[in-house]
Amino acid sequence: MSTQSAWLTKSAAELAAALAAGEVTSVELTQAHLDRIAAVDGNAEAGVHAFLHVDTEGALAEAAASDARRAAGEPLSELDGVPVAVKDVLTTTGLPTTCGSKILEGWVPPYDATVVRKLKAAGLPILGKTNMDEFAMGSSTEHSAYGPTRNPWALDRIPGGSGGGSAAAVAAYEAPLALGTDTGGSIRQPGAVTGTVGVKPTYGALSRYGLVAMANSLDQVGPVTRTVLDAALLHELVGGHDPLDSTSIDAPVPALAAAAREGALGDLSGLKVGVIQELAGEGYQPGVLARFNEAVELLVGAGAEVVEVSCPSFVHALATYYLVMPCEASSNLAKFDAMRYGLRVLPEGVDAPSAEEVMRASRDAGFGDEVKRRIILGTYALSSGYYDAYYGQAQKVRTLISRDFEAAFASVDVLVSPTAPTTAFKLGEKLDDPLAMYLNDLATIPANLAGVPGMSLPAGLADEDGLPVGFQILAPATEDARLYRVGGALEALLEKKWGGPLLAQNPTLASLESAATEGAAR
Amino acid sequence: MSALPSFDEVLASYDPAMGLEVHVELNTNSKMFCGCPTAFGAEPNTQVCPTCLGLPGAMPVVNAKGVEAAIRIGLALNCEIAEWCRFARKNYFYPDMPKNFQTSQYDEPIAFEGYLDVDVDGDTFRVEIERAHMEEDTGKATHVGGATGRIQGADYSLIDYNRAGIPLIEIVTKPILGAGERAPEVAKAYVAALRELIVALGVSDARMDQGSIRADVNLSLAPKAPAGSTAGEVVLGTRSETKNVNSLRSVERAVRYEMQRHASVLDAGGKVLQETRHWHEDTGVTTSGREKSDAEDYRYFPEPDLVPVAPSREWVEELRGTLPELPWVRRARLQAEWGFSDLEMRDTVGAGAFDLVEQTIAEGSAPQAARKWWLTELARRANETGVDVAELGVSPAQVAAVQRLVEGGTINDKLARQVFDGLLAGEGTPEEIVAARGLEIVSDDGALSAAVDKAIAENPDIADKIRDGKVAAAGALIGAVMKEMRGQADAGRVRELVLEKLA
Repeated sequence: MSTQSAWLTKSAAELAAALAAGEVTSVELTQAHLDRIAAVDGNAEAGVHAFLHVDTEGALAEAAASDARRAAGEPLSELDGVPVAVKDVLTTTGLPTTCGSKILEGWVPPYDATVVRKLKAAGLPILGKTNMDEFAMGSSTEHSAYGPTRNPWALDRIPGGSGGGSAAAVAAYEAPLALGTDTGGSIRQPGAVTGTVGVKPTYGALSRYGLVAMANSLDQVGPVTRTVLDAALLHELVGGHDPLDSTSIDAPVPALAAAAREGALGDLSGLKVGVIQELAGEGYQPGVLARFNEAVELLVGAGAEVVEVSCPSFVHALATYYLVMPCEASSNLAKFDAMRYGLRVLPEGVDAPSAEEVMRASRDAGFGDEVKRRIILGTYALSSGYYDAYYGQAQKVRTLISRDFEAAFASVDVLVSPTAPTTAFKLGEKLDDPLAMYLNDLATIPANLAGVPGMSLPAGLADEDGLPVGFQILAPATEDARLYRVGGALEALLEKKWGGPLLAQNPTLASLESAATEGAAR
Repeated sequence: MSALPSFDEVLASYDPAMGLEVHVELNTNSKMFCGCPTAFGAEPNTQVCPTCLGLPGAMPVVNAKGVEAAIRIGLALNCEIAEWCRFARKNYFYPDMPKNFQTSQYDEPIAFEGYLDVDVDGDTFRVEIERAHMEEDTGKATHVGGATGRIQGADYSLIDYNRAGIPLIEIVTKPILGAGERAPEVAKAYVAALRELIVALGVSDARMDQGSIRADVNLSLAPKAPAGSTAGEVVLGTRSETKNVNSLRSVERAVRYEMQRHASVLDAGGKVLQETRHWHEDTGVTTSGREKSDAEDYRYFPEPDLVPVAPSREWVEELRGTLPELPWVRRARLQAEWGFSDLEMRDTVGAGAFDLVEQTIAEGSAPQAARKWWLTELARRANETGVDVAELGVSPAQVAAVQRLVEGGTINDKLARQVFDGLLAGEGTPEEIVAARGLEIVSDDGALSAAVDKAIAENPDIADKIRDGKVAAAGALIGAVMKEMRGQADAGRVRELVLEKLA
């Protein structure tokens, strides 16, 4: 870090304050992050590889515009001038949007996702687009068609997925803020394994317009940050109703930053916390459980009452998810047919191929194995004669899971669990075992199925491997503020214990630059 | 194929069952799920956006006007209106479908369980409606090159997505049984009545020639039930689905043709294929399209990007209040008011002059006079110039004014024709034309008397006959006077003068 700007390790809230105080300009901040990306991000072979596209010119132009507005005394947003990274599943005019897939290589959307439009309107320079599992299908970012992202804590380990790029970018100080998307844990699980904060808001709290859908009824955009307060600020900025997304909630965005600040005061008296029995036992790494239990003790110390609650239907969540998600995905991905945009492959040995033959060849060449696996699963499950047994049944279980949440929230204010059963595993370790890979999302999936909000924040390092452990908080739908209050409190208590942010303990940070450079030299 | 059995031969052995699916393109200003305009005939691919092009990430939003039109159509078809229903995705790959699924409705249609009573030669035939549901249109593919104009064998295809996302209401009947020999007429009458209803509702341009109403005809034959047998379990034969039959006459012809074709297959001991067929307007036959048996798994599931449609009962009742008087109810009421015979009424409707006659009467004309002008003089002129009578350029108010002049004795029927000439030539109001052309009838005894004297002098033989009491011969002298006066004589007064002078 020695050659890097001291601004990099600051939180977005601190950067916004420094901008407001005139201590730094947005151009300086943006340039510092662009330099950091150049130094550590490397490429598919080496380095963090959090970014698929970096928009140096665009980001600096936005930064200069923000500085000019500030100089002219024009109205500014709370995060005006603070740079941000965006997951490559959100459409951006003028910047490629590939979703980590070959089938969209080079596609530059003609329109901005609503959340991206809000970032631009609020003056946040967009540094670039972050890596992800192809069409957000995966828990390791290894399914990106453009090569994996590496975990800044250990470059031979996965950064989680599907939003490994956004989490790694934030963990490696390449960006202070990022947007991710979470269908079954794609924000929270990467947050857990990279020692960062990730929030999946209530379904409908943020617009999905411009989010290239994997599973429409589960997808949600959310903030990826290093602090709870930063997540709240970004969430507030991009949240709210969108007339272009009729599933978005038509209500004012709750006061999330205020909740985070209140929580940071450390008083949780009166709060009832439920520990989900089904998500904190067998199959969980000992170090994960140890850090989780310690964090729960801290909540008790802050005045919270902790009880165990049972959500019996959660054991069916994974199976339910792997029916609902592929069904919706198989239909969503039908549009990639080489007719209007994206990759077009002509079948070999066919003289005058028909439209169908071109579609087939293009989809065969353009989609990776995991995507094909889910298209096949979904197509099968929706087929005539199977619908009731699969999709129909899954929707019923979904209702049961929602009822489990309702019953639990009738007696507690928030539910907690470890975010993921293990710390970051090695690259390639589970690539050939889809079921083992899917198990990573065991604890995060129920929130998506029920539409409730969830947050992951760092709980410490597992004793056995020294890697970050994530702590998950879940709240009732539209009660996102509770996540920030509890998360803000826990973060303050933990950082007090650690003597600073967890990321400062990352032993690999110092060598990220040389790793990227050596990789480039190879 | 060998010669088809005659229609009577078909009926001797088989009972037809029909099902009609009619797609109505709504005339909303914007598309069903995005804000793009819907105007017909724009440059290709100029009325498109990320949503109707199916770009990654784009999302649909329901057009409330489309829902309103669907409910009004449902109510007019005596349907139940769903309290809660969803859109569904109909998944299949086709290049003119931007998302490779059509946003439609599946098992939760907005309207269901209705009926439409149609008139077939004076008899009422009830067609039961299974459902009316909302969906979006696809793009329009034009296949260039090749012999058939179809995608197979084409050199290349052009796709215009302007049509993609235009709101459609699909109206599906229950199987229409028991129509027998009248099946072709029932099919035509149903589509005609439906079209009329849509026009009265004002929810569609209802132009079959532009495809804003498209009919698919499902037909099957079952062996004829023995005479006197009670209606038991209805066993339907295998059906064919003839797509895009785009005129009323074609609906009738397509049903007739398919009945004959099915019978021919069945007579030969063959099996009718369940397939899509294409109707050929020019040759009056259908040809095989794609076989549907294995391709018909559309993998429907509820559209997760749209919230359910839940029209409040208050809104539904409010919309019920906006329903126009049903066209046939209105016609029956006006027929009674006007004193038209059934034949006169049918001719009036058939000539496309119903609304014109109604407006002319509203302008003060006597009903029979209004009918007479529109169906004779004006219909003839329209026919000569090859336009619809409504587009001739003569207004109901003008016709009523002409009739007023006739009734006031200013002109007669024959002179009225010259007034219409003047109207079509743009010479002003009927009154101005009468004045400018000098068409007013002469009833001044001085002028008439001189003309009568002249006629008597020129026709001594006829004059003698009248003197001898053969009053019927007066007509010839009257005609001579009228000719002399260029038709502008008051015929009644002329007759009186002739008889006085020859008494």
